[in-house]
Amino acid sequence: MTVTDDVVPLEEELPLEKLPLDRWHRARGARMVAFAGYEMPIQYEGIMAEHGWTREHAGLFDVSHMGQLGFSGEGVDAALEAILPSDIRGLKPFRQRYSLLLDEEGGILDDLMVSRPGDGAFDGAAIYMVVNGATKYDDIAWIIEHLPDEVVMNHMADQALLALQGPEAGAALATILPGTADLFFMQCGAFDWQGVPLWISRSGYTGEDGFEISIPGDAAEAFAEALCALPQVKPIGLGARDSLRLEAGLPLYGHDLDPRVGAVAAGLGFAIPKRRREEGGFIGHARVLRELADGAGSRRVGLTIEGRLPAREGAPIYAGDALVGEVTSGGFAPTVGAPIAMGWVSTPHAGVGTPLEIEVRGKRIAAAVAAMPFVPHRYHRQTS
Amino acid sequence: MSRYFTDEHEWIDVAGDIATVGITEYAQEQLGDIVFVELPDEGATFDKGDDAAVVESVKAASDVYAPISGEVVEANGALEDEPALVNSDPEEDGWFFKLRVADTSELEGLMDEAAYKKFVASL
Repeated sequence: MTVTDDVVPLEEELPLEKLPLDRWHRARGARMVAFAGYEMPIQYEGIMAEHGWTREHAGLFDVSHMGQLGFSGEGVDAALEAILPSDIRGLKPFRQRYSLLLDEEGGILDDLMVSRPGDGAFDGAAIYMVVNGATKYDDIAWIIEHLPDEVVMNHMADQALLALQGPEAGAALATILPGTADLFFMQCGAFDWQGVPLWISRSGYTGEDGFEISIPGDAAEAFAEALCALPQVKPIGLGARDSLRLEAGLPLYGHDLDPRVGAVAAGLGFAIPKRRREEGGFIGHARVLRELADGAGSRRVGLTIEGRLPAREGAPIYAGDALVGEVTSGGFAPTVGAPIAMGWVSTPHAGVGTPLEIEVRGKRIAAAVAAMPFVPHRYHRQTS
Repeated sequence: MSRYFTDEHEWIDVAGDIATVGITEYAQEQLGDIVFVELPDEGATFDKGDDAAVVESVKAASDVYAPISGEVVEANGALEDEPALVNSDPEEDGWFFKLRVADTSELEGLMDEAAYKKFVASL
């Protein structure tokens, strides 16, 4: 029997690094695997149980492998608008946005979160960014290359990043940090926990309400311990993080997104506001305009699958005899109770409800294009 | 009846010329929650080492090899409705398939329970 793990080290020649919470994960019984150059917990008690716990209560995820970047200096907004397709000038203090790094051809180099800590409330940074772990060193090199000398980028390599996600995350965090109850989805702020400075945003990647918490690495263990002492909170591994984000319809960079695909075709046009589409002035603008005007050859779609056999990344998608796409993420969805997938399908076959077939080990299984998310988002929005 | 083990974490019970094959407790722990098992058809014949079944956990698909050569005489239909049996009872009710043994000499190189325990402890 051979286990083909889909979490393989991307930089196999480099020794794996350890996260600040490494010892803590192991003490809690985590199974550690190589991911994005780090040893990371894939699961504690089991992916199904951890997935279910997060959907019903609150799960604590260690995402310290992600890249945390601070930007400051004269003209930082203009400099970042040249790199990102987002509205940075209009980004208010203590607000966060989802954004993308695009290459010269408009291909996606990474997806990321960008926020504006007010009054230098987080390490003096004017802008704070969180990028994917597997791409962070490439991102840093790309950004530095395109940043003017007046703007300074600080890789906050000593900060850990924890995500607390689930319908009880708000109540749980408020018991130790009452002020966090005032945050709504995509808002952020500075907090103090027993003298430790925290930067917290109300966001995440599970589709549930929750928070992402940046904390100095040397204080992360005590804080994780305090959170997991709460009855609502259990530590959750990468395995459930993946099944949760897939059900939430959220793309995973390196799987559902890569430099071959553009923002509009990926269904991420919402990250590019009207002013930026019209004025341009960012790397990759031409492709955004082209995809908006002419459409794209393929689109990122959700797929429901008949039966119990999961279709995984790389499985070809057919409409009759014609090869029309490929699965980019797939697996059993614990909350849905069936296999689901995300993939790229040629535009004529990408409409919701279109019947398709996916080939798994030489067999065709019936699938259909589905609206995403598969499980409704439950963000704590200001309007709700 | 004798029980044999492979270094691919399969167990084989041999009674007469029929061998029942499953995966071990250690294997199911490594795989995690099992959501689907693809079993061979009755009458299929395998050489030792052929892909005989596929077990799908939440995170990955894994091949199960034929630990010895033979013809499939029965597959465990209970796994179609309840793949999690492989997690809850891997070494009894969670068996995969039964083979008519083609060559009993292939059993000679396999481990007994004590040797397998030692092998797992060394991993």
